[in-house]
Amino acid sequence: MLMASATRTNRANRTPAAPGRPPSRAAALWRSSVGKKAVMAVSGLLMLAYLVAHMLGNLKVFFGPDDLNGYAHWLRTIGQPVLHHGWFLWLARPVLLAAVVTHGVAAYQLSRRDLKARPQQYVHRRRQSTYATRTMRWGGVILGLFVVWHILDLTTLTVNPAAEEGHPYQNIVASFSTWYGGGIYCVAMLALGLHVRHGFWSAAQTLGVNNPRRDRALKAAANGLALLLTAGFLSVPVAVMAGLVR
Amino acid sequence: MNLTLRIWRQQGPDTPGEMTEYRVSGISEDMSFLEMLDTLNEELILRGDRPVAFDHDCREGICGACGMVINGQAHGPERTTTCQLHMRHFEDGDTIDVEPWRAGAFPVVRDLVVDRSALDRIIGSGGYITAPTGSAPEAHATAVPKEAADLAFEHAECIGCGACVAACPNGSAMLFTAAKVVHLNVLPQGAPERASRVRNMVGAMDAEGFGGCTNTGECATACPKGIPLTGIARLNREFLRS
Ligand code: HEM
Ligand code: SF4
Ligand code: FES
Repeated sequence: MLMASATRTNRANRTPAAPGRPPSRAAALWRSSVGKKAVMAVSGLLMLAYLVAHMLGNLKVFFGPDDLNGYAHWLRTIGQPVLHHGWFLWLARPVLLAAVVTHGVAAYQLSRRDLKARPQQYVHRRRQSTYATRTMRWGGVILGLFVVWHILDLTTLTVNPAAEEGHPYQNIVASFSTWYGGGIYCVAMLALGLHVRHGFWSAAQTLGVNNPRRDRALKAAANGLALLLTAGFLSVPVAVMAGLVR
Repeated sequence: MNLTLRIWRQQGPDTPGEMTEYRVSGISEDMSFLEMLDTLNEELILRGDRPVAFDHDCREGICGACGMVINGQAHGPERTTTCQLHMRHFEDGDTIDVEPWRAGAFPVVRDLVVDRSALDRIIGSGGYITAPTGSAPEAHATAVPKEAADLAFEHAECIGCGACVAACPNGSAMLFTAAKVVHLNVLPQGAPERASRVRNMVGAMDAEGFGGCTNTGECATACPKGIPLTGIARLNREFLRS
């Protein structure tokens, strides 16, 4: 039976090779499932590095309005006098935007491929893997929506109850004082913790830096990083809602 | 032991299938899972029914033919092949679900038999070394560092059973491909084709319609030969540096 079946070729679901010139290195990378995943890992790690800095900056809230607002002002002076006032932020934004978009597009395309590769589910289902691993897709969607909300709330101030330009401290307090402002933020930060918990270790695996000796250390680092980020980010809305930061 | 079996029955590749219930009795706990199915099939034949089709060959855990999903687990509750799984791991009166490997790249041929030739085509795209054949070379002609030899041996254990694909929620063949790529790429004999091998094999894997890796780890948990999950990290590294 095996030999009989092994000689049967099933060409119907094989994708034909693209005609014409061989693809460039970058195109070949993006086209392969392994390469696309590497793009995801790099864009994810880039966002992660940004988020660590962002979280640490947020903690300035605990030192009062002058400290935080002064810090926000300083961010706009980075690179001066070579750069003009505020240019550093405008240079960072396209990079972050590109990271979010490539990460999301790669996630979407890879997920489509993955779902197609298992067209029929098992009748006898079993709970698989960890919660963090299983929630990467929906958790990612939550994060994507949160990024949009967050920008409308505290960058463009479109939906912010205070909307005082140049006074982030007052805007933060106003946003987190509403039940939805604080609620959305808290849910998103829990999702972020789960995403990073699987994502950091997964990125090490994807980029080929994991090996049997490092495996446990990388998993511990992923857990530590996830906990630190979530706790750090959450401390601000919790303090506002508890009335410690006003 | 008396058991209730619910087995996926499907006449051919293009006909719909369904889970069908059977009862078997007089099963000894020393029987293998395949011997238990043989017992069922003998009864079915005596009754004039069509026996359950399943793949098998060596029945000693080395050929990788006997894949089936038992109670939602590839090769059942123990980390071994179905032919080496003994009935003592089940209880009298159990109901056992038996399904074929499920993956887009593994179409069902009949009942529990799937077409795993997609794995053969991945091997065909680079899972070998190009060398003049003839009499066996002198064993010490090419020195192999101990660490590389151990790594190659560990990954060479893969028997191509496809349990990794069956267990993966994405129907991904990354663990299989990793086993083959790492086995050859860490050896000096495999070095000349190191880059083209990994690129071609990953390309073939994608072309067959296998899913991508989300580092879920179900594959390595299911693998009867203990191919490690970190093998996939090595495959990724080989691919990215090629
Ligand atoms: C735009 C919203 C986002 C979406 C839709 C999304 C979705 C995903 C998905 C589907 C995966 C693959 C999961 C898997 O392999 O099982 C993933 C991995 C990852 N994500 Fe996100 N994510 C988003 C935002 C973020 C953010 C804000 C970060 C930064 C902390 C991040 C960091 C990572 C990392 C490091 C990985 C691991 C990459 C790898 O497996 O190699 N993601 N994401
Ligand atoms: S890696 Fe393990 S599970 Fe996958 S085909 Fe090889 S032996 Fe089977
Ligand atoms: S029949 Fe050969 S491994 Fe099971």
